[in-house]
Amino acid sequence: MSAAVSRFFDSDLWWSFSRSPVAVLSALVALLCIGGAVLAPWIAPQNPFDLATLNLSDAFKPPAWAEEGDATFPLGSDDQGRDVFSAILHGARVSLLVGVCAVLFSTLLGVSVGLTAGYVGGTADAVLMRIADIQLTFPSILVALLVDGVVRAALPRETHDQIALFVVIFAIGISNWPQFARTVRGSTLVERNKEYVLAARVIGLSRLRIMLSHVLPNVLGPVLVIATLNLGFAILAEATLSFLGVGVPPTQPSLGTLIRIGNDFLMSGEWWITIFPGAALVAMVLSVNLLGDWLRDALNPRLR
Amino acid sequence: MTAAPKPLLEIRNLRVEFPTRRGTLVALNDVSFSIAPGEILGVVGESGAGKSMTGAAIIGLLEPPGRIAHGQVLLDGRRIDNLSPEEMRRVRGRQIGAIFQDPLTTLNPLYTVGRQLIETMQTHLDLSNGEARRRAIGWLEMVGIPAAAQRIDSYPHEFSGGMRQRVVIALALCAEPRLVVADEPTTALDVSIQAQVIALLKRLARDKGTSMMLVTHDMGVIAETADRVAVMYAGRVVEIGPVRDVVKSPHHPYSIGLMNSIPPLDHRVERLAQIDGAMPRLNAIPPGCPYNPRCPKVFDRCVAERPDLLDAGTTRAACWLYAPGEPLHV
Amino acid sequence: MFAFVLSRLLQALPVMLVVALISFAMFAYVGDPVSIMLGQDFTEAQRAALVRDLGLDQPFFVQFGRFVGNAVQGEFGLSYRLSRPVAELIAERAPATLELAFCAAAIALLVGVPMGVFTGLYRRSWLSRFFLTFSLIGVSLPTFLIGILLILVFSVWLGWLPSFGRGEVVQLGWWSTGFLTWSGIKALILPSITLGLFQLTLIMRLVRAEMLEVLRTDYIKFARARGLADRSVNFGHALKNTLVPVITIAGLQFGSIIAFAIVTETVFQWPGMGLLFIQSVGAADIPVMAAYLMLIALVFVAINLAVDLLYFAVDPRLRADRGAAAGRA
Repeated sequence: MSAAVSRFFDSDLWWSFSRSPVAVLSALVALLCIGGAVLAPWIAPQNPFDLATLNLSDAFKPPAWAEEGDATFPLGSDDQGRDVFSAILHGARVSLLVGVCAVLFSTLLGVSVGLTAGYVGGTADAVLMRIADIQLTFPSILVALLVDGVVRAALPRETHDQIALFVVIFAIGISNWPQFARTVRGSTLVERNKEYVLAARVIGLSRLRIMLSHVLPNVLGPVLVIATLNLGFAILAEATLSFLGVGVPPTQPSLGTLIRIGNDFLMSGEWWITIFPGAALVAMVLSVNLLGDWLRDALNPRLR
Repeated sequence: MTAAPKPLLEIRNLRVEFPTRRGTLVALNDVSFSIAPGEILGVVGESGAGKSMTGAAIIGLLEPPGRIAHGQVLLDGRRIDNLSPEEMRRVRGRQIGAIFQDPLTTLNPLYTVGRQLIETMQTHLDLSNGEARRRAIGWLEMVGIPAAAQRIDSYPHEFSGGMRQRVVIALALCAEPRLVVADEPTTALDVSIQAQVIALLKRLARDKGTSMMLVTHDMGVIAETADRVAVMYAGRVVEIGPVRDVVKSPHHPYSIGLMNSIPPLDHRVERLAQIDGAMPRLNAIPPGCPYNPRCPKVFDRCVAERPDLLDAGTTRAACWLYAPGEPLHV
Repeated sequence: MFAFVLSRLLQALPVMLVVALISFAMFAYVGDPVSIMLGQDFTEAQRAALVRDLGLDQPFFVQFGRFVGNAVQGEFGLSYRLSRPVAELIAERAPATLELAFCAAAIALLVGVPMGVFTGLYRRSWLSRFFLTFSLIGVSLPTFLIGILLILVFSVWLGWLPSFGRGEVVQLGWWSTGFLTWSGIKALILPSITLGLFQLTLIMRLVRAEMLEVLRTDYIKFARARGLADRSVNFGHALKNTLVPVITIAGLQFGSIIAFAIVTETVFQWPGMGLLFIQSVGAADIPVMAAYLMLIALVFVAINLAVDLLYFAVDPRLRADRGAAAGRA
């Protein structure tokens, strides 16, 4: 284990990482955001969803550095007396959860489809890729909206509220699988003709076995880069859906929900309710995008 | 040796370096040679020996971060390695032409052949549109493109590989340069076409008195076409001389190995002769003579000091075997 | 050429059919249109009559056929929420969305392409670095947040521009335009920037990446080796080769603009198709959703076709492929 760790710190990847101030900075910010989000229940000064702890007289307090600010509400409070900072921590948690799960889902689905299409070929390949192509004609946000809308209409209200989180994850995940599928299919087509695959077939291994243990590890490279970049998009997609009111349920607000709620108070001057969640969202997505960009450049053999 | 006429191109102690994050790589190490007017100099060597790099350095198109760290490139006695970008631009095409390896990627797919020819000529020569077009058609005919007056409005992809390379040759020569640097001009072509294209190049060079630096790894092409040949290894010229002498009776152990490895046509051999080992990578060049790890005639001095080109009779070779006063090593 | 168009049209057909199928499936299986339309109290006889009227007792394919037949004529039934013909609703809202999309696309192209070319050619200048940083932020900001920020700065704090609605519009036949009034134009500014910003950064990065690729090619090297002037090399050779693939992607992005209009229209309460759609999703108004879906699919397919034709016209390699044999020598 320690051999692997020391090998990592010796590698080219670490070398170019440690010399790129942008990569280091964005990694730090990302870590901060993710850490804050994950640890929210323990480090948030207030639990914004416990109605008992809320006091309406605390409502609409501006951030701590403004005139009427209060140190217990470092970033101000909203119309119900909720601490914006705590709400952001919890909201980031939900946003991150949905984003990561959606990307995992896309990756799983996309890699499976791509691997199958590339390896098995023939009609399966043609059909699967046609589906992917048709879906790619439409922007993913539209697909996500549609899936969400249809499920929402299909289920009775109570059931929907219970599983709304999963519906959102499913909708975003489904809207992004084609990119993975196409990339993996391309790589699989290349690998399929290589000798180690031929050797495995001669030994008599089953197709599934060859696909999973032999081909899969070799096509995963670009998948990592796409997944990282996709994380940023997934988080933004969830924020957009929640902002539009068709995302996560109101009982588990994400950063997008917070922005939507705060939007109502923008015109009357309480800007902090919407701007701070917005800033948190941007920080998270920006750092993830920067890391993804850096990763893509670092792993691109042609740019070295 | 008879007194040579004043050279057209002279390379003196050229050193090309590539600063990388792991240290500086030396791609060309103290390279010197000259090309006389109307002469065809062949430059042979393995991939990575520095042949293309030399060509790039001459026309001032080294890929950054590569740069000329030391030495001079002189055209007609005038230095061209230290010119401003604008001055160098005027030299390119007009004084020195270039031909690259792959005719498919060398021609802009979105412009007609005629447009590319006319553009080149009008950049360097003062011609009206009509005159430029006439000359362009003339050039196409000269390189052997049938129905030139119609083909001038065709796009590059409408030509076959051999025809495309002829177009490239026309483009390289149309501004009437005095020297042409041809980097592997036939390597990407079918064998049957190679001979035609090489013959064309040779004929045009002779007819117009253009000098040529012909870079290739194909000894057959060199033997057919060049007047003199320089053998390069690990960024240095290890032997140079008239082509007949270098091919028939080489002096540097590397050249000897090279010529020996060409299978003979007149009798059978059981095994193909080869040189053991491989050319060192740029970051692992041994001290002294870079060939010493593979040389069958290596001795102490080879590892200690780096030899310059020494007089070896009919050719010049960078080998301590030919140092004046060295006892004959057998 | 004609064969090309025909083959593209034939390829578009299955896409439209699949979309139609999905739309129809939404109609048939999602929710119960009968109870939605009748409300809470109804008798069995009323229900049976409605079922017969709507043709819900027919077999699947007959219903599908009728659906497609109606759709082609623009007949999508009545909106559940507003009880008005869907086609009418969409026609009313379409000009708003289209004008907005057009302005956004214009901003994205007219600013994005030059910025991309500049950052591709002059990589090291501080202006390039600034543009690149700006573009990275642009890609990380969700559209709605951009809208909110713009509203905050220009409406709330500075009070220069309106934060909702289209302003005064002039009716020209069935089209209502905001271009002819000053208030209409002012109302267009913030939403267009919001909608176009994401596309702008996308196009800028695309043009830059493509430009860098092109500048590395052999033919650019050969052009330099022939001593061609920098201006010819950069703007004649490099730019032309860069723009060809960019045109196609930019064209496809136009469809994306129409989709993202949903978000922008929500932020600015812009009375377009996007706002209509989102309101329908919230209210499970299937007819509107289905109609919007078919319309969007049609627009996308049409854009794809137009882009293909454009590519065909611009890249000589595609044209000659049709009759390659004639050119060989």
